[in-house]
Amino acid sequence: MAKSTKISFSILFLILALAPLLMSDFRISLLAKFLCFAIIAVGISLIWGYTGILSLGHGVFFGLGAYAVGMYLKIQASPGGIPDFMQWSGVSELPLLWKPFANPVFALFMMIGVPVALAFIIGFFTFHNRIKGVYFSLISQALVVVFVTLFIGTQELTGGTNGLTNFTTGFGVYLTHPVVQKVLYYITILILLLIVLISLWLTQSRAGKLLVAIREGENRVRFLGFNPTTFKVFIYCVSAAFAGIAGGLFVLQVGMISPEMMGIIPSIEMVLWVAVGGRYSIFGAVIGAVLTNSAKTFFSESYPDMWLFLLGSLFILVVLVMPNGLVGVAQSLYAKWFRFKTSKKAGGTSYDANTNLQ
Amino acid sequence: MEILLTQLFNGLSYSSFLLLIALGLSITFGLMRVMNMAHGDMIMIGAYVTYSVQLIFVSMVPESLFDYYFILSIPIAFIVTALIGLLVEKSLIRFLYARPLDSLLATWGLSLIFQQIARMIFGAPNVAVTAPSWLNGNVEIASVVLPYKRLFILVLVCLCVLGLYYYLVKTTAGRRMNAVTLNRPMAASLGINTRKVDATAFALGSGLGGVAGCALTLLGPVGPTVGTNYIIDAFMIVILGGVGKIKGTVLGALCIGLLSTFTEYGTSATIAKVVVFAFIIIFLQWKPSGLISTRTRVLD
Amino acid sequence: MTQILTCNDVKVDFDGFFALKGVDLQVEQQEVRFLIGPNGAGKTTLLDVICGKTRATEGSVFFQEMEGSIHKLEEHKIALAGIARKFQAPSIFPQLTVLENLELAMKQKKTLWHMLFAKMDEPTKEKIEYTLEKINLTQERNRLAGFLAHGQKQWLEIGMQLIQDPQLLLLDEPIAGMSGQEREKTGRLIHDVSKECSVLIVEHDMEFVRNFSKQVTVMHEGKVLCEGDMNTVQNDERVIEVYLGRGKTHA
Repeated sequence: MAKSTKISFSILFLILALAPLLMSDFRISLLAKFLCFAIIAVGISLIWGYTGILSLGHGVFFGLGAYAVGMYLKIQASPGGIPDFMQWSGVSELPLLWKPFANPVFALFMMIGVPVALAFIIGFFTFHNRIKGVYFSLISQALVVVFVTLFIGTQELTGGTNGLTNFTTGFGVYLTHPVVQKVLYYITILILLLIVLISLWLTQSRAGKLLVAIREGENRVRFLGFNPTTFKVFIYCVSAAFAGIAGGLFVLQVGMISPEMMGIIPSIEMVLWVAVGGRYSIFGAVIGAVLTNSAKTFFSESYPDMWLFLLGSLFILVVLVMPNGLVGVAQSLYAKWFRFKTSKKAGGTSYDANTNLQ
Repeated sequence: MEILLTQLFNGLSYSSFLLLIALGLSITFGLMRVMNMAHGDMIMIGAYVTYSVQLIFVSMVPESLFDYYFILSIPIAFIVTALIGLLVEKSLIRFLYARPLDSLLATWGLSLIFQQIARMIFGAPNVAVTAPSWLNGNVEIASVVLPYKRLFILVLVCLCVLGLYYYLVKTTAGRRMNAVTLNRPMAASLGINTRKVDATAFALGSGLGGVAGCALTLLGPVGPTVGTNYIIDAFMIVILGGVGKIKGTVLGALCIGLLSTFTEYGTSATIAKVVVFAFIIIFLQWKPSGLISTRTRVLD
Repeated sequence: MTQILTCNDVKVDFDGFFALKGVDLQVEQQEVRFLIGPNGAGKTTLLDVICGKTRATEGSVFFQEMEGSIHKLEEHKIALAGIARKFQAPSIFPQLTVLENLELAMKQKKTLWHMLFAKMDEPTKEKIEYTLEKINLTQERNRLAGFLAHGQKQWLEIGMQLIQDPQLLLLDEPIAGMSGQEREKTGRLIHDVSKECSVLIVEHDMEFVRNFSKQVTVMHEGKVLCEGDMNTVQNDERVIEVYLGRGKTHA
C-alpha cells in the first residue's frame, strides 16, 4: 500500500473518531449520513474508477438495502405488526413478502443479498453480451426508473411515494436516543473502515490489477485468457453490496427511505461525489462524498437557488478541468512542490506496486 | 377491434414523439460518441418557446390570429434550440469527443443548469399551453377516434424524418455528415471540415428536440424537468436501434412506443415500465449491438 | 511431425465482403511459419479467426488434441488452450507497470478466485525476471507501460505472449517500428521460442522473412496461393504475378 494512502486514511479516521467531541449532535448525525454515502462512493470508485464501468443506477442498490432494513424497522414500529400505510389501503394481514423481514437477521442479510442478486442478474445479462460503455450506463439508469416507478406504483407494499418512515425501535433500542445515535455513528465509522480495507486489499490484489486492465482494454484481456464478464459481474456485485450496506445504515440513522432517495438524481450525484474526490482513488471517493455533501448542505441551507447552478457546474468542472478530482489536484501540487524528492525516488526496483493514481 | 386500433394509433403517436427526441441523440452519438443528457432540456426549451410565443400572441397580436401562433412556434422553437445547441457544442461538447462516459456526466451538469434557469424564468410549477382551436376535435374512421392533436404530431414527425432523410442522403452537407460518421480520419483527409459537420449535426439534433418540445405542449403541461421524463425512453431507443442508423432508430422507437402503449393499456403504467425494460434486456441477449449493426475489425 | 493447427476451408464474410474465401492451412509442432501476401490478402483476418477475434462464417479450425473445431469458442478459452496472439498495434495496458503487465499475462489459473488470492512468490518472481531479461526491460520494470518507447512496447507485448507459455504463437508484424538490431534480435528470439512452441507470423518485411523463414505461405485475395521455402515461393509464377503484376516491387 502506498505510504500516502496509509497516512491520509489514518488522519481521516482519527478526525472522524474525535469529531463527536467537537461537533454538535446535529452535525454528527449529518456526518454519519455522509459516511454512509462515503461507503457507496468507495464501491463506485471500484467499479467506475478502477474498472471503467459507469453505473448511473447505484441508487437502486442503496434503496434496496435501505428498504430491507426499513421493512424490519417498520414492522417493529407498527402496532399489531401491520404498517400504517397498509392499514390505510385496507390490508389486514402482513403480505408474504414482508413476513420474513420481521426477523432482524433476515433483514440484514437481505440488505446485502437483494442488491447483490440484482447486480448479478443485470450485470450478467449485460456484460456477458459485451454491452459496455455508455450503453451499460444508460441501462443502469433505466433500471433506476423501473425501480422508482415500481416502488411508487405498488403503494400497498412499499408505502408508495412516502416510502417507509416513523420508525421507533430496532434491534432492541430506541433509534432516536442520542446515545444510540452516537453508537450508530461509530458503527458507521467501523464499517467504513472495514470497507476501505477490503477495497484497498482488492485493488492491490492481482485481480485489482486485472480490473484496471479491463478498463484499459477489455478485449485485450480476453486474449490473455481471462473472461472479463466474471470480473465485471464480481465488481458490480461488490459495489452493489457496499451500496446496500450504506442503505441499511442510512435508514437506521436518518429514519426514513423513499423512492425519491434512490432516483435518477441521487444516483448520478453518487457518481459526482467520486468524481469530485478522484475516481481512481478510494481515499478520494471517501472525502469526495463527505465534502460534496457538506457543500450541498451548506449551500442548500443558505443559497438554495445557487446550489443547482453550482452542482451543474461541478459536473462540468470535474470532467473538463480536474478529471482526477481533488486527489489528482493534490497529487500534482505535491509533485510540483517536491519534484526533487520524487525524482530521487523514481526508478526504484522494489516489488511494491507502483501505485500511480491509486 | 376498435380498442386495438385506438391503441395502435396511440402507440404510433407516442412512438413518433419519442422518435423525434431519439433522432438527435442517435445522430450525435454516432457522429461524435457524445451522449447528450441535456438533450431532454431541448424538449423543455422548445416547449417553453412555444409557451412564450403564445404569451406574445396573447398580448400583441389580434385575437383572430391567435390560432396561428402554433404554426409559427414550430420554426421558432427549432431555431432557438438549434442555436442553443450550437452554443453548447462550441463551448462544451467539443471537449468531450470520444469520451462517452464523461459526456454523460458533463451534459447532466448542463442539464441541471438549464433546468434551474427555466425555473428562475418561468417558475417551478407547470404551465399549460392552450392548443390552437383547429387542433381541438377529432376525426372518426371506422369508429376509431383519432384526435387532431395526435394526428398533427404524427404528420409533423413524418415531415421531420423525411426532411432529415433528404438532408442526409441528398444534400452535400448531409452526405458529409454520413462520411464523418463512417470514418472520421478518412473524411477529414478528404478535406471535410469535421468540426463544422459536428457542430451542424449537434445543432440539428437539438433543433429536432425543440420541435419535439413544441409537440409536447399539445399533450400536456410543461415544467422545468419535463424533458427528463422522455429522455430515458429515447436513450433506450438509441440502444435498441443501434448507433447512428436512422432506420434502426425508427424501428426502435416503434418497438418501444407500441410495446409501452399496449402494455400500459393491458395492465398499468408501472408494469409497462418493467415490461419495456425487461424486453430491452432480453432483446439485447439476441442482438447485443442493436437492431442495425455492422461488423468491424477494430480492436479497442 | 504432428500438426498443431489445422484450418479447413475457412471462410469469413464481412457483410458481403469475403475476407477469406476458403483457407486451408496446417502448422506443425515447433514450426515457424511465415504468412506473406499483398495488402488485403486476409493474413490478419486468418490470425483473427484462429485466436477467436473473428468468427469464421464457414469451415473449421482444429488445435492440438482438442475435440472439435475451436472457431466457435470464446477468445479467452482459445487463449487458455495455448494460443497466444500479438496484435499489430501494441495492445499492452498503459496504466499498469511493465511488471504488472507481465504478472497478468503469465501462465496461471485465470479464475477470479486465483487472481484475488495470488501471491508474488519466488517462482513467479523468477519467471517474470527471466522474461524481463529476455525482452530487455529489466530496468523499466516499474515504469508505466504507456510511457515506454514504441519499440519497447512491442517487446513488452512479445514478452506478454511468451510468459503465457503458449503452444502456438501468432505474431502480426512483430518487427514493425523496430530498428535493424532489434529485428535481428526478434528473429533469433522467435527461433528460440520455436523449440517450445509453433509460431505463425504475418510479416511484410521480405528481408526479415528471407533471413528467418523455413516454410512460407503466400496468401492472395482470401486464399492460399502457394506454400514452400522462400526460394520455391519466390520463383513461383503466381506469386511473381501477384506481387509484380500489380506494379508493387516491395517483395
